[in-house]
Amino acid sequence: MKEKYIEDLKEIKDMMNRSSRFISLSGLSGISAGISALIGAYVAYQTVYTNQDYQDYGRLFLTDENITQLLLIALGTLFLAIGTGIYFTTRETKKRNLRIWDIQTKRLLINLAIPLLAGGILCLMFLFKGYIGLVAPLTLIFYGLALVNASKYTLHEIRSLGLIEIALGLIATYFIGYGLLFWSIGFGVLHIIYGFIMQRRYKP
Amino acid sequence: MKELLKDLDKAFENKIRLGIMSALVVNEYLDFNNLKNLLDLTDGNLASHLKSLEKKKYIMFKKEFLNRKPKTKYYATDDGRKAFRKHINAIEKLLK
Repeated sequence: MKEKYIEDLKEIKDMMNRSSRFISLSGLSGISAGISALIGAYVAYQTVYTNQDYQDYGRLFLTDENITQLLLIALGTLFLAIGTGIYFTTRETKKRNLRIWDIQTKRLLINLAIPLLAGGILCLMFLFKGYIGLVAPLTLIFYGLALVNASKYTLHEIRSLGLIEIALGLIATYFIGYGLLFWSIGFGVLHIIYGFIMQRRYKP
Repeated sequence: MKELLKDLDKAFENKIRLGIMSALVVNEYLDFNNLKNLLDLTDGNLASHLKSLEKKKYIMFKKEFLNRKPKTKYYATDDGRKAFRKHINAIEKLLK
């Protein structure tokens, strides 16, 4: 008799979670996104920081060609991160016998996209107006805001990740010459750390 | 013991109805297909359980048309939420 009700409570909790949150976020997708970011940052560093005057670290001069290169590297990194993320997450949903494209996924993506798109457009405008130093800190801040906003619809750890990204973005705004370094910590190292934590915590 | 059992709701004795209600209380609404996927049920099976919860006035539905396709949205009613809360409280007391 008691067992039935313990079972019932478990069922209630499971159904509440499954129906309102996207729970198939794979730790591996975090790790792969982090690695993509580090590769992207390294390539960007190689392209932009070579031929620069190292006496004056933290300040550099970008030509139009540099900016085009940076944009291409950023796009490549984005596709690599999203592509591997989708791959690992789809694998996870299959393992859990869930559907990838359901109402929970849609809710998560919409809430993630609103701050992200706003931030992305703002960064592009800054980039073309020449405020290049602000781009890296701003991507961190808006990505953090997007995570905090979306955390209601997925695993709750995402909220603290978002808060750390926002803090990192603010610090990076102050130390404006070190944007790429902070960017690598926020998008690279943090994703890898969180990926490992999630992977250990949510083994299906 | 008898006192406690009285608060348990017969409508939620069934696992599927319990599942439907759990999902509806944490969502503004879910449509028929969302529920079907969540609970992994056939159309007929889900429909019969929805009907019985509807009869108790624990849930209600609204029919809408999306690109000419009918879409039925299910909502938990206030009565349903209250009854569900009471049922969970009774279980928790019982397990103490």
